Amino acid sequence: MADISTIDPVEKHDHDHHGHEDHHEEDATWDGGGRPFKASYGKLMMWYFLLSDAFTFAGFLIAYGTLRVSMNTWPVPDFVFSTFPGGLHHKPLYFVTVMTFILLASSFTMVRAVQEGHRENQKGVVIWMLFTILGGMAFLGCQAWEWNTLINGEHVSITENPFSAHTEAGVYLEGDGLPADDPMHAIDKGDTFEAGEPYLIHQHNGEWHQLKYEVTEGPDKGMTKQQSLGPKAFGALFFFITGFHGFHVLSGIIFLIVIMVNSASGLYVRRKNGYEMVEKIGLYWHFVDLVWVFVFLVFYLL
Amino acid sequence: MAHLTYSESKRKAVVIISILGAITIFEVVFALLGKGHISESISFPIIITAAVMIILSLVKAYLIVYEFMHMKYEVPGMVKSVLLPMLLLVWAIVAFFSEGNYCKSNRAKSKEHAKYKLEKAAQGSLLYDLETKEI
Repeated sequence: MADISTIDPVEKHDHDHHGHEDHHEEDATWDGGGRPFKASYGKLMMWYFLLSDAFTFAGFLIAYGTLRVSMNTWPVPDFVFSTFPGGLHHKPLYFVTVMTFILLASSFTMVRAVQEGHRENQKGVVIWMLFTILGGMAFLGCQAWEWNTLINGEHVSITENPFSAHTEAGVYLEGDGLPADDPMHAIDKGDTFEAGEPYLIHQHNGEWHQLKYEVTEGPDKGMTKQQSLGPKAFGALFFFITGFHGFHVLSGIIFLIVIMVNSASGLYVRRKNGYEMVEKIGLYWHFVDLVWVFVFLVFYLL
Repeated sequence: MAHLTYSESKRKAVVIISILGAITIFEVVFALLGKGHISESISFPIIITAAVMIILSLVKAYLIVYEFMHMKYEVPGMVKSVLLPMLLLVWAIVAFFSEGNYCKSNRAKSKEHAKYKLEKAAQGSLLYDLETKEI
């Protein structure tokens, strides 16, 4: 690497024009050679793209919050997201924590790729970018599993949502009909519940099996009611927002692959600009991680 | 990482990722603890867990933007041009959440109103069209 950095053409160029430096710099500025904010055009534009993208995601997440506060009841996240690969249930937030760690790890490997780029270490850049790509793919795989569980296992769709929470206390007049050793089994006849307790309505042969219950407190005391499906908006918001984020991850992986191949081919060695393309895709990749911090907050933690 | 040597910046990246991981673990444990999943006897009011989660997420966002995305090393004008527009979101949050609350209270009111009209109709004091369900 040392021989490459000693033959720096930019340095040589500056040296040749040493006598006319002021004049030269003015020319460069007015010819478009100046760098506003001392950042390159590409990096600056990446920042402004990310700013606009941040507004898009913020709009989505604020819409989620607005709809959530406008409803009397809402699915409880640590009840909805409590499945884990291997048929495990009642593991609240475990899987999404794994997903978060995968994305954080890929952000770290991206930082390492950028650092190797700064010292023009081609091999290091390619290897750390490869780790980043694998991290992104692992994240998408987890998301696919999560979507599959919700869509095929629990029958959440963008128009129907079986997850909700009770708004009043009561006692069930029937059980969910699942065998006692079924991990999905949760409700027996005679079980009592408090306001705010979450539930999932199961499907039997394509029909919702909404359980009947008797209200034991409040103005409707003594009335027989049945579980109602949860707010529709939940499914639509979940699939659109995590889908939009997942799409960012997917396009990020494609860009990472392109730039990794370019790095491996030696293109950026010839450009001698400290692998700036790697820095730019790095900004994008960290942004995807940043958005996940807030998706994680809004959908899972709150 | 213009001001750091290669090995310094390498060490720094490890430190930052460790902090991010630790905060994430703390967030999850705190969320589960606050909602009574870890011990039946312990739970915090939702306002406290929510405030802690939001603050910790902002800390994570700061670390990602300032350290990983090198915002720390950009010139002040550039930092302002990216971060100041984000303040618009404060108003968006205030406006939309008050709208959401308004919808919630209004929905309860309009339900009561519909009930009232149905009762009146049943008493025969209002004409109620069974076909269109309008008065």
